[in-house]
Amino acid sequence: MDNYEIRKIKDRLMQILVCLALLVALIPLFSILWEVILKGAPSINLNFLTQPTPTVGEVGGGAANAIQGTLIAVGLASLIGVPLGIVSGIFLSEYSEAKLSLAVRFFNDVLNGFPSIVIGIFGYTLIVLSIGFSVIAAAFALAIIMIPIVTRTTEEVLKLVPATVREAAIALGIPRWRTIISVVLSGARKGIATGILLSLARIAGESAPVLVTMGYWRWWFAGLDMPVANLALNVYIFAISPFESWRALAWGSSLVLILLILGANVIVRAFTKEKY
Amino acid sequence: MVTSLYKFETENLNAWFGSKQVLRNINMKIREKAVTAVIGPSGCGKTTFIRCLNRMHEIVPNAKVSGRVLFNGIDIYNEDIDSVRIRRKMGMVFQKPNPFPMMSIYDNVAAGLKLNGVGDKQKLDSVVERSLKLAILWDEVKDDLNKSGASLSGGQQQRLCMARALAVEPEVMLMDEPCSALDPMATAKIETLIRMLAEDYTVVIVTHNMQQAARVSDFTAFLYLGELVEYGHTKDIFENPKNELTAKYITGEFG
Repeated sequence: MDNYEIRKIKDRLMQILVCLALLVALIPLFSILWEVILKGAPSINLNFLTQPTPTVGEVGGGAANAIQGTLIAVGLASLIGVPLGIVSGIFLSEYSEAKLSLAVRFFNDVLNGFPSIVIGIFGYTLIVLSIGFSVIAAAFALAIIMIPIVTRTTEEVLKLVPATVREAAIALGIPRWRTIISVVLSGARKGIATGILLSLARIAGESAPVLVTMGYWRWWFAGLDMPVANLALNVYIFAISPFESWRALAWGSSLVLILLILGANVIVRAFTKEKY
Repeated sequence: MVTSLYKFETENLNAWFGSKQVLRNINMKIREKAVTAVIGPSGCGKTTFIRCLNRMHEIVPNAKVSGRVLFNGIDIYNEDIDSVRIRRKMGMVFQKPNPFPMMSIYDNVAAGLKLNGVGDKQKLDSVVERSLKLAILWDEVKDDLNKSGASLSGGQQQRLCMARALAVEPEVMLMDEPCSALDPMATAKIETLIRMLAEDYTVVIVTHNMQQAARVSDFTAFLYLGELVEYGHTKDIFENPKNELTAKYITGEFG
């Protein structure tokens, strides 16, 4: 066998290995999706989407209040977390000559690795102790989970915008802030959107920090200083319940959670679609 | 104000990257409405030199400049001078074509005005048309103004960058090896354009292509290791160099 043959065999072998690894990685993903769709889809009906959490003994009931609550909590968290994350990312990428940025980047990475329950406790001591269990406290804790993710991805995608493009804008006499907003950021829209989505997906499914900042709530939204219901907590509470109909609600809530994240993905992608 | 023949005068211009000195005591007067070429081997400081003329050198971290650069008789390194304003009077074209990637051809040309707050659509339309005509690109793109600037060929992109620079009505065009990424046809177009621009603008062009310097420039400066070795009429530099180093460089003995 000559060299060429050996090389071809090695190449083939490598290809098979890579495909196998991909398959192994995809199996759990699809089996989870399959399971959730199989068990969750039957419980999603008009009741599920319009009725709040059932009480013990009540027939029917749904997860409409949890969908509402999750949207409110995630929305509020994004209002705090997305702007802060993007601005920090801009600072790290565009003003990185500042010595401070080394420290910021380091602490940001540390924050990214923080256990979410610790962040929940932080929200508890800072907000819950003064105004009580509330959606505000939960949004605050979730925002803190979002910030390092958005910051990191924003920094990374801004660094991908070529320096020559920034120079062109500066040479035109465009001030630095304007260059960053209109030239650099608009060139990195898509990547920043991906970062935001990643963080949304992460916080939408968080349960521990939500549990310590607003607890479990089975009613509709009742004000920002009150808790709201939550899909992730629905899954937790219903899945361990003794009633068959409640366990079905847990599966339904799981499926809706996944669909919400998927929906957010589609919407954000459509809005940040590149013109060229 | 005394009207001067010179657009730029540098006085003891020194420039550094960190502790590495790249320009040493450059004293040079650049004629108005003429093409001045800056030549020299790689690393001689020619790019740094033109980047000092519009204060682009200082945007690099740890870069430093000393000495004076007079533009229309005013020292642009004076503390009272706003670098952003000064740059609006000078267009710059870079080595690699760098149109703004997410903008249409129209928006690329209009960027300098739009991003500085000009919103008048009629004014923008006329500026875009005028600038693209000046850059001899109008006929090729007039039906595709909404297409991406990045969809053009390399040579067209470079002319788009020239149109973008011309749109803010600068007095000076600074060009940093504008043809080094282009094929001979595109290069010829840019060179024709440079000659045309010299009627109304002061053009300073950095090039490593000596034939190009000989073809397009009225004056030539030869830089070596950060020092200005020889400067004069292009004809004299190429036909009758006074300095031995210049003679060696233009005959291709080194570089």
